[in-house]
Amino acid sequence: MREFNIVGKHVPRNDARAKATGTAIYTDDIKLPGMLHGRILRSPLPHARILRIDTSKAAALPGVRCVITGEDTPKIKYGNWRLFPDTQDEYPLAIDKVRFIGDEVAAVAAVDLDTAEEALSLIEVEYEELPAVFDVESAIAQGAPVLHDYCPSNISVNRKIQYGDLEKAFAEADYVREDTFTVHAVSHAYLEPCSSVAQADLDGRITLWTSTQTPYITQCLLASTMNMRENDIRVIKPFVGGGFGGKMELRTWEFCAAFMAKKTGRPVKFTLSREEEFLAGRRRHPMKLTSKVGFKKDGTLTGKDLRIHLDGGAYNAMGPTATFLCGNFGAMLYRYPSYRFFGEHVYTNKPPASAMRGFGAPQSIFATETQMNIAAEELGIDPIELRLKNAQVSGDKIPDVATISTCGFKESLEKVAEMCNWKEKRAQYKTGGGKGIGIGCYSFISGGVFNWFNTQYPFSAAEVRAFDDGTVHLLTMAADIGQGCDTVVKQILAEELGLKMEDIRITSADTSMTPQADLGAWGSRLTLMNGNAVIDAARKIKEQIFGMVSVRFNLNVIHEMECKDGKVFPKGRPQRSMTFGEAVAMAQKANRGEPLVARGYYTPRDKGMVTPAFSFGAQVAEVEVDKETGIVQVKKFWTAHDCGTVINPKAVEGQLEGAIQMGLGYTLSEQFIMDGGKTLNTTFLDYKMPNAMDMPPSETAHIDTYEPEGPMGAKEAGEGLAIPTAPAIAAAVHHATGYRCKDLPITPEKILNATKSL
Amino acid sequence: MKHVITLNVNGDPYTVSVDPSQTLNEVLREELNLTGVKLGCGSGDCGACTVLMDGRAVSSCLTLAVEAEGKDILTVEGLAPSGEKLHVIQEEFIDKGAIQCGFCTAGMEMSALHLLNKNPSPTETEIREALSGNLCRCTGYAKIVEAISSAAQRMNDASERNQ
Ligand code: FES
Ligand code: FES
Repeated sequence: MREFNIVGKHVPRNDARAKATGTAIYTDDIKLPGMLHGRILRSPLPHARILRIDTSKAAALPGVRCVITGEDTPKIKYGNWRLFPDTQDEYPLAIDKVRFIGDEVAAVAAVDLDTAEEALSLIEVEYEELPAVFDVESAIAQGAPVLHDYCPSNISVNRKIQYGDLEKAFAEADYVREDTFTVHAVSHAYLEPCSSVAQADLDGRITLWTSTQTPYITQCLLASTMNMRENDIRVIKPFVGGGFGGKMELRTWEFCAAFMAKKTGRPVKFTLSREEEFLAGRRRHPMKLTSKVGFKKDGTLTGKDLRIHLDGGAYNAMGPTATFLCGNFGAMLYRYPSYRFFGEHVYTNKPPASAMRGFGAPQSIFATETQMNIAAEELGIDPIELRLKNAQVSGDKIPDVATISTCGFKESLEKVAEMCNWKEKRAQYKTGGGKGIGIGCYSFISGGVFNWFNTQYPFSAAEVRAFDDGTVHLLTMAADIGQGCDTVVKQILAEELGLKMEDIRITSADTSMTPQADLGAWGSRLTLMNGNAVIDAARKIKEQIFGMVSVRFNLNVIHEMECKDGKVFPKGRPQRSMTFGEAVAMAQKANRGEPLVARGYYTPRDKGMVTPAFSFGAQVAEVEVDKETGIVQVKKFWTAHDCGTVINPKAVEGQLEGAIQMGLGYTLSEQFIMDGGKTLNTTFLDYKMPNAMDMPPSETAHIDTYEPEGPMGAKEAGEGLAIPTAPAIAAAVHHATGYRCKDLPITPEKILNATKSL
Repeated sequence: MKHVITLNVNGDPYTVSVDPSQTLNEVLREELNLTGVKLGCGSGDCGACTVLMDGRAVSSCLTLAVEAEGKDILTVEGLAPSGEKLHVIQEEFIDKGAIQCGFCTAGMEMSALHLLNKNPSPTETEIREALSGNLCRCTGYAKIVEAISSAAQRMNDASERNQ
């Protein structure tokens, strides 16, 4: 374990004061002179051909400045998998067809919102309704209606993985079981509704302020759909009120704001209503997962065969990546000598599903973990013992994927068992007795190695400008969306340069200022990837100022140098020190006034196909279930997890606490109520996410590891924690009631139905 | 038909003309540029828009502007009037790590202030009850509850010292 000065210490967030005082500016807070307000017309039908759109009445309404439909646009499709243009299936505004209720058909910009809203009602659209499909089975049936002409099967992407001898694995197994699991859609439900403001600069460039997780991706896709060059678009990310995977693609309103700003010469703002967010917003993929596993009598896994259908909704969105990742998540956590995966992403006439915190893992690992719990029961082995027997360990190789360099899984299992008194409680609570305790585990990626976006830049970049007053300016495209990466990368830089937090100024996520590029805030990639880029830049600065100290004190070349406490000195002769500012001044002088600037980059190389580093953890839930009502009350959570070096303890705790809120909602209360393709619950009143009263207490332990690929030993702590809660609660509910949930969410009705027949 | 209303916001008097259907939230954000007041749902369900009206916590998205006629309104911008020294609640939110994306923060702080004005020594359950109309998707509420309880303590200590 390395000793740190700033990393691992309680450092308040960079932006906390601005947010506490209400001075932090979010996109919808921006007002520009002459700004127009935009609204979007959405399809009322799940599947229909557009026969005619008449916007003349809307355009004639006083105060309306611009009305557009798909026909007015360059008609260029987009999608995040640029490497496979076939998968780019979405137009900013519908062309010829609509494919879900809420699909975007036209947009209006007017002098105020009321006028824009009124104009929407004046747009006439004539549709020819088409047969629609709302579930995977109907979508892949013979003769099913086809959503996209390029894809007659409605299966837009599939992925296969196979290694080891699966037939032999099952033949040699003493115990084989197959289960089918279904999991439902939930909303990201970030508190800040999506918002974008665009302005055409005097020289024709477009500036877009937008609530996004991926400024660079938005810049690229906006440029292509506008038929402009990347450098003609400037994307600025103001403060963002949460994303969780729901703000990581180009979105219609970003395009419309930019396109209409260009057309009218006036700034244009779009802000979605909460109703629109729920009605048409992205969501977590519903899936059907069939998993077959084999074990030896002693609990040793012999193999796994996993088949998944993802209900993708009307467009690919981030579904292809989720399909890909589900395959990998299926083989994480445990040692599977043989493994086969087949995943298919299916179009249905519903709002598109996309990335959401965990990116396929909450679904895939719910199946893994629930099946592990079933197997433990049937093999007569304690669930934690069974896991310990099969757990991955440091140095394990997942075939075709990666070598796990650090793994604190076993330690997490042992720790969590101790924290919650696992053995005693398992013995004390009788199955069906109303009280129960259950476990769920996770492993997650620290950023992806894959590059379907086909970026031509490094995955992460940072620029450090050093000043002779002893301060530095850090520029990075890493997108802080509330998780706190601005603070984390500042801590890493302060540590590396031996400076204080207040010596560092940061500019982040402005594509015209911050160095190219960064793939954005998703896949839990920022701490590892941007952190490494920051260290790279800092080391380049150090190289230069070390030379200055060497010359100044006429040092022997063998000396190792160090930056610490605002000073630069040879480690062995700390008395020969200069301040950081003096060293910078000298370097600048040596370069005839040229400012001291360095850029750092990180792209994972030779790290397999999936991720450079894996996090691990185990969580136990204790529940009480009311036998009369079937209501589940979670009494407590215990979590032990391995995220490598903890850079910011409060940020990591905050990630866990927030993840539990989301996991609890996913398991027990949150769901979309759908009538065919229509989302019926479009308010927070009807979409029930846990509030402060619903949250049980929770206890956490951190398992120490030092990840060699991570910055100062760190790996991910954002998404993995969103995974174990559902299987842990489901296992505890089984212990308490005898009801084994294989179809989320767990509702009182399901429990009562099951326990009645027991 | 516009109505002319006068209201007092964060100690300053304002006169604005409003539509009968206009909400207090629109007046604060759009007319007075007090954008610290957020809009998360517009239907009274998330609490991001919470302000104090004559000392009572209200959802500004559900309150009509005309109802604010003659009232004293306190928004997050008025919590630390000097702009330099923060309110204890704000300091504790910062120190305890109760802020992530920050979109719920202003509403949370105003609900906290309302609670502590009524009940200077709330129990954890009372704090959670007082926050039940304020949703947060980032923090799981734990650090928010912690911040409020420690703010209560500090405010009590300070008032004891003053006596
Ligand atoms: S915006 Fe007023 S309660 Fe949500
Ligand atoms: S901090 Fe993001 S909603 Fe509360």
